[in-house]
Amino acid sequence: MQNSNTSLFDQVMQLKADQEFAAISALIPYSAFVGFELQVDAQGLLTILRGKRSNIGNTTIPAVHGGVVGALLEHAGVMHIIHACDISRFPKIINISVDYLRPCIGNQDTFARGYLIKQGRSVSNVRIEAWQSDQQRPVAAAHAHFLMG
Amino acid sequence: MTADAKALYPLDGIQSILEKLPHVEALGLTAIELNRGSCLFKVDYAPHLVGNIESGVIHGGVITTLLDSAGGAAAFTVVPAGASVATLDLRIDYLTQADRERSILGFAECYRQTQHIVFVKGHAYHESRDDPIAHFVASFMVGSVGFSPNAKQ
Repeated sequence: MQNSNTSLFDQVMQLKADQEFAAISALIPYSAFVGFELQVDAQGLLTILRGKRSNIGNTTIPAVHGGVVGALLEHAGVMHIIHACDISRFPKIINISVDYLRPCIGNQDTFARGYLIKQGRSVSNVRIEAWQSDQQRPVAAAHAHFLMG
Repeated sequence: MTADAKALYPLDGIQSILEKLPHVEALGLTAIELNRGSCLFKVDYAPHLVGNIESGVIHGGVITTLLDSAGGAAAFTVVPAGASVATLDLRIDYLTQADRERSILGFAECYRQTQHIVFVKGHAYHESRDDPIAHFVASFMVGSVGFSPNAKQ
């Protein structure tokens, strides 16, 4: 399956067909660096950022670096499109707008889920929310546009 | 920015504390320039930052972190000593793909400051500011809680 003749896109599509989303993270070096994991549950795809000291950007609270929170939301958005849409190439991010709502505590796991607001032929709009202990109290939210075709 | 220099954080203090933050260190971000109201940060290319192993392009999250760090640092240079700074929101437009194996610079400047908010804009680029990889706009909340260079670590 990890045949070097197979394109990365084809490898990811095969893992998607097999519902092996956790294995997709292994193909993305940055995922291992910050600690992104993917899980499929009844509501769709869940992206998890593991609590890691090396992700802290604010030692007083301590809180996860805002850039890593932004990275989680972007990653969850891309992965949500890969999970939810029939695609012929990887979605490419055009822009992302992130609102920081509450401190994202550094030694806790953070969860993120994407919602497809509009799937267009060339551009899709995705809303992404991230939370820690209570999904009703998001730590951050974003909307992002992705180029589809 | 014409506030009394004595009432502001010293620039060298901001730089040394920001560069020691765990994620700034893990990513290898370095402050190239820190002036009152602006900041230039750099991230070097590294294989573990790659988001697409086929193209070798780094994950967009690295650019977000670079620019959020530069924006936060720029905000710290203009707020009263003792104040905290926290990102309220940010937006990034990805104008073109970064080249593989090249460092990326992230510049941010404060263009408006009020008692509670610092407004920042900036961009990421390889060599020339006229050839940006991404544009960035953000607002930072100025407060008495949260992270500040004076807080006990």
